Amino acid sequence: MNQNRNRLVFLALILLGIGFVALVRSTVNEYILSIINFVGIYIILAVSLNITNGFTGLFSLGHPGFMAIGGYVTAILTFPVSRKSMFLELPQWLANLEMPFFPASIIGGVCAAMMALVVGLPVLRLRGHYLAVATLGFLIIVQVLITNWDSVTRGPLGLNGLPAITNLWYVYPWVVVTVYVAWKIKFSSYGRSMLSIREDDMAAQCLGVNLFRTRVAALVIGAFFAGIAGGLWAHLVTAITPTSFSLILAFYIVVMVVVGGAGSITGAFIAAIIFSVLTEIFRPLEENLDVYGVGEIFTAAILILILIYRPQGLFGSREPGFLSTRDRY
Amino acid sequence: MSGEYIAQQIVNGLILGSMYALVAIGFSMIYGIIRLINFAHGDVVMIGAFLTLGLLQVAGAPFLIVALVVLIASAIVGILIEKGAFRPMRGAPQVTGFIASLAVSIMLQNLGILVLTAQPRNFTFPDYLQKVINMGGVSFRAVDVVIMLSALTLMCALILLVNKTKLGMAMRATAENIDVARLMGININRTIMATFAMGSALAGIAGLMWGGKFGQIDPLLGFVPGLKSFVAAVIGGVGSIPGAILGGYVLGLSEVLFVGLLPPIYSAFRDAFVFSTLILILLIMPNGILGKPMEEGT
Repeated sequence: MNQNRNRLVFLALILLGIGFVALVRSTVNEYILSIINFVGIYIILAVSLNITNGFTGLFSLGHPGFMAIGGYVTAILTFPVSRKSMFLELPQWLANLEMPFFPASIIGGVCAAMMALVVGLPVLRLRGHYLAVATLGFLIIVQVLITNWDSVTRGPLGLNGLPAITNLWYVYPWVVVTVYVAWKIKFSSYGRSMLSIREDDMAAQCLGVNLFRTRVAALVIGAFFAGIAGGLWAHLVTAITPTSFSLILAFYIVVMVVVGGAGSITGAFIAAIIFSVLTEIFRPLEENLDVYGVGEIFTAAILILILIYRPQGLFGSREPGFLSTRDRY
Repeated sequence: MSGEYIAQQIVNGLILGSMYALVAIGFSMIYGIIRLINFAHGDVVMIGAFLTLGLLQVAGAPFLIVALVVLIASAIVGILIEKGAFRPMRGAPQVTGFIASLAVSIMLQNLGILVLTAQPRNFTFPDYLQKVINMGGVSFRAVDVVIMLSALTLMCALILLVNKTKLGMAMRATAENIDVARLMGININRTIMATFAMGSALAGIAGLMWGGKFGQIDPLLGFVPGLKSFVAAVIGGVGSIPGAILGGYVLGLSEVLFVGLLPPIYSAFRDAFVFSTLILILLIMPNGILGKPMEEGT
């Protein structure tokens, strides 16, 4: 009974979203449309980091690293063959390959996920802020490697002139898929083991939760969606450089998860909207008034205030009642 | 590759290592006392560098007075950071403090960009510090000697302070067990404040040296050296002051030798090298060279 009600609510929300996308695409101008696309990508990033960081308590700063991997893989796969030979020195099979966007972005996501597996197997033995520092190290290593792998990534110049494929009909379904997967995980026994690891890993282990496997799974799933988001991002901006995926981006995504409430999908969703819209409001302000940095200062101040006065974030680990009548946690 | 070349590289490594060591000490002390990885520590280096620039070149103050003012002002910055951001959330999970320090760091960097613009500025020390000394084929500037000697002096002073004074005893007790220390009548807030003040003072002086050594500063300059000094602290064993010093020199030397002895094509990968070392050390010997076993859990 309740489950049916939940399904209906979700269906209604999805339809509402489709209506919103259709309405927005026919009314507002290109600039606002691109902002809405960015908001969608940030939602994917925040909700997927929430699986890693919020549910399982693995404090990862490596999200932009996975994004960069997904972004570059997607970009190279969709790059027109004629221009590929001009810029890059690729192996023959790759140089003659030009893929449609959708399978390319899936491959990008899978590559990011595989990288997460490779990195996660050793690194996930660390806990707490040591894990955070190790993932930060991973992020910097990815940046250095991309910057120096000239023959494939064009080094610091990055790849530009990518086909501008990303639009809301690509972003929106991925937002739905990300939220759906996160939701399904959270309200399954798997999600409960993740949450139990976050609360007390010793107790979780005693109850038979396979700590290591669950941790790795949480990192890999988060990385897959980060890779997808990277591909979408690259084909929205139509350019990709090593500096696009920096610590400041990691910081923004973490802010969204912490402010929304670690573990709350709704929270991450709403915080992603708030903060990405805020940045877009600050950007013209900074450029016109010549006050660069104000947006970051403001965001950092909000984060510190939230950490002091409401450390559990806006929603804690919960979802609003009208979405989940079954159980509150 | 001649012996002179290698000697020159070793000298360069020791100079870089002195600066890493000074910053790493602060990281280690703060971690030791409240189990906080203070990301904002690197930005105190930036503040120290800009203070030096302002006092030395704009105000034209004599060098020793500049050094003294930088020392005191950086200590005050450290106290303000602790009071403003970290004291209100003491007792929260470790990761909370870590996120907060990231926020403070980004705030300081962007305040720097806002007030000073992101434009790099040139930085010159007075002429008598720029004089090149040549000794048996190894050449260095007078400022390098000043960097090494003052770093060593400050480190000795700090070790004496921690081991021989009442405040030092309070700091060691608090690091050992904060609750028991409080029960013994130690003023925890004052002790933690003193730790932040000392660590930040050393970081500020490292900023002065950084400017003098590399000749160019910008508001983001503290970030990478800050992170690398944290790596140095981990190598030496977080929480141990002699460990931080040792780690600083080990990292400085190995970074310079990595760039100097391998073919030039590898030198672009120096940051990747440093952070791979970090991940390896965390995995293989998380206690570092001189550290005590760290506790489990988050």
